[in-house]
Amino acid sequence: MLSTNTRSLTLLFATSLALSIPALGFADELQFNMTEGVTSVSKEVYGLHMLIFYICCAIGVIVFGAMFYSMFMHRKSRGVEAANFHHSTSLEIVWTAIPFLILILMAIPATTTLKKIYDADDADIDILVTGYQWKWRYEYLGEDVSFFSVLKTPSTQIHNEEDKGKHYLLEVDEPLYIPINKKVRFLVTSSDVIHSWWVPPLAVKRDAIPGYTNAAWTRVEEPGVFRGQCAELCGKDHGFMPIEVHAVSESEFTAWLGKRKEEAAAIREAAKQTLTLEQLLSEGEKVYTKNCAACHQADGKGMPPTFPAIAGSPIADGERPIAEHFNRVLNGGQGMPPFGEQLTPVQAAAVITFQRNAFGNNTGDVVQPIDILKYKQGQ
Amino acid sequence: MAHGPAKGLSRWLFTTNHKDIGSMYLWFSFAMFFMGGIFALVIRAELFQPGLQIVEPDFFNQMTTMHGLVMVFGAVMPAFVGLANWMVPMMIGAPDMALPRMNNWSFWILPFAFALLASTLFMEGGAPNFGWTFYAPLSTTYASDTVTFFIFGVHIMGASSIMGAINIIATILNMRAPGMTLMKMPLFVWTWLITAYLLIAVMPVLAGVVTMMLMDIHFGTSFFDAAGGGDPVLFQHVFWFFGHPEVYIMILPAFGIVSAIIPTFARKPLFGYESMVYATASIAFLSFIVWAHHMFTVGIPLTGELVFMYATMLIAVPTGVKVFNWVTTMWKGAMTFETPMLFSIAFVILFTIGGFSGLMLAIAPADFQYHDTYFVVAHFHYVLVPGAIFSITAGVYYWLPKWSGKMYNEVMGKTHFWLAFIGLNVTFFPMHFSGLAGMPRRIPDYNPLWADWNMISSMGAFLFGAAQLLFLYNVVRTILSGKKATDQVWEGAEGLEWTVASPAPYHTFSTPPQVK
Repeated sequence: MLSTNTRSLTLLFATSLALSIPALGFADELQFNMTEGVTSVSKEVYGLHMLIFYICCAIGVIVFGAMFYSMFMHRKSRGVEAANFHHSTSLEIVWTAIPFLILILMAIPATTTLKKIYDADDADIDILVTGYQWKWRYEYLGEDVSFFSVLKTPSTQIHNEEDKGKHYLLEVDEPLYIPINKKVRFLVTSSDVIHSWWVPPLAVKRDAIPGYTNAAWTRVEEPGVFRGQCAELCGKDHGFMPIEVHAVSESEFTAWLGKRKEEAAAIREAAKQTLTLEQLLSEGEKVYTKNCAACHQADGKGMPPTFPAIAGSPIADGERPIAEHFNRVLNGGQGMPPFGEQLTPVQAAAVITFQRNAFGNNTGDVVQPIDILKYKQGQ
Repeated sequence: MAHGPAKGLSRWLFTTNHKDIGSMYLWFSFAMFFMGGIFALVIRAELFQPGLQIVEPDFFNQMTTMHGLVMVFGAVMPAFVGLANWMVPMMIGAPDMALPRMNNWSFWILPFAFALLASTLFMEGGAPNFGWTFYAPLSTTYASDTVTFFIFGVHIMGASSIMGAINIIATILNMRAPGMTLMKMPLFVWTWLITAYLLIAVMPVLAGVVTMMLMDIHFGTSFFDAAGGGDPVLFQHVFWFFGHPEVYIMILPAFGIVSAIIPTFARKPLFGYESMVYATASIAFLSFIVWAHHMFTVGIPLTGELVFMYATMLIAVPTGVKVFNWVTTMWKGAMTFETPMLFSIAFVILFTIGGFSGLMLAIAPADFQYHDTYFVVAHFHYVLVPGAIFSITAGVYYWLPKWSGKMYNEVMGKTHFWLAFIGLNVTFFPMHFSGLAGMPRRIPDYNPLWADWNMISSMGAFLFGAAQLLFLYNVVRTILSGKKATDQVWEGAEGLEWTVASPAPYHTFSTPPQVK
């Protein structure tokens, strides 16, 4: 019996050691702790995290130390006689009271930090963050600038046909720009299911809930690129809607915002022009790949029954009135999200034209941006 | 009076015997444990390295959902009910459960519930893919039609649990042997009594929330649809009002099991019996007022956030009392380390680690970084696998000789323990790291930053899964060809269940024993 017990205990120790070795060995390359982040709040959060962690370690050393001591010393195989005590009111009071006091001490700094996190008043800039299946939309309130931000990682990398980049699944086509040393408030909401907007280096995580607008804020102190992801399961491509925040100097930010405003004006202007079929098809294919292919697939065959085919669909092949096609793309329906907000008139016209002339849908229809504007006004 | 079981299939279909029903619950749970385990291994295989290799994202989501549902409702809960069926009457000196026919029914509707749930895997639209927490509107407006099967499955599971709970309360309160006062009951009986009250309180809430989903989906209501004046956050409040007590439903009976095993192998009475009872009751009470700590990021007002943070931190106090009592029970005992004891000691250590990460998660500002990451996955697996699964395993090794009259193979038992112990830690410890390093949960693909931790986790998971095959083999071998066990079985075991023969006769305590 002695040998089996000793062996068991030695093994237990050996295992705990073996578990800690890889952690130490990888320390240089591998991240295994929370990021300290780049804001005063994120650093406070990190401090709380380490404080409670050390408290747990200290308690763990005492409790597990007593257990292991007991397991070595109080073994039947050592010939010990079992004691018979089984009650001590004073001990019970002591080990109820001490943890209680530790918790009170812990609650004080936690409360202070929580109050800071909740103080979203007096912001310098307001950004409306809207979650969509499966992308983010950013709107600079009062600035007439808004855009969608979509995963940039090519599907060839996801399907292992190409090496994965450093920022695999953490890169977007249109990053969010914010100025440093300004209080930026994020007003977070959703247009479909619940998402959660999380950027670890900012220690900001807020659920994006349809019907709610949640406020969070940050004040970044150093320029840099900070990455995050959607943190709430939101359907098929939950793992594929990253966040990329570029914190830049105020002058750089102003220049960027100015350029964005010009682009917005150009889009309004472009909606008035008439495009050729070729222009529409080439633009439409791009829009399709970015917005439609995730569900309806690159070949237009979809994934029935959840995601119906566009090839041969009565809505797209001319069997039903074209207005139904406009309605489905712009307003969504049958589980499909609306795209009227996120596509420019040119893009909407192009993608509808493309869908009506690709995948064997040879309607020959040409839809112009002005048609989209008219349809929207008519609603 | 002496009559044995019926012959053939009718014995199992029509039985009202608590031992037969207990065995069926345990075998059912064992089968579900393997099914849920296979789902988990699909997840771990896909996450072995970055990129999509084995399954599509939607099927991945079905796997995470089904793994959670099957393990919670199919493996852990029925296993505890099975143990209660076998042990509660024998521990309190009762001849059977108070409501034997209902007992039969509450078991036999379970296979139908899980058949409904599992059948969705073969339907158009697939199995539930919205997580075991099934947050609306992902699980309502945006779910495939098969969600209705899930809803009816949950209704039936809930009905089964409620009937089981009523039966256990009725048995404990009415059928104790003369002299078995409440404060003389074994702790397993106490923890189950409290668990049963939790079940009766919250399973109807779960039934309510899935019924509201059903109404939203099929009858045009908008309980959870913001566009119709409803509230998606309401769903979470109702769900977690069920969900938090639910996690204690999965741990309180475990406390009872290890409180039976540790004194046996320390050859010393349980330390602080009364404080154990009060601590269990306090945990049960607190479980009703902490639910929103699962929702720290939904935008609850500051005051609410603080109240839920403080209440959650408080749970550490009674939980700590329990751990201290177990350690003090071991202190100055004369310990031996047979398989049930090994699993119980691992329970105390690893459950405590899960408790530590729970305390960290209670700190609301830090939770903003932990929430919905692998840190949370590590936390609840440290609580549930060593907590529920290890305690159930310990209980099976501990009582199997009494049930079957045969002794299991100790070497194989210890091998099972060490493989499971190593597998568990290799699987779940790295998840703390990947979570802190920023990996969200429930994603099928991830940045290579977290690749090493995921590869280690996946290898551990397959080791853990393989270890359970050894468990199955050991149990079957014991029943078929194990060595004869004594009536006492364990040197230090005390309690009424050890006063009857091994295997326990089909009917025990037809004449109540006198408890002094």
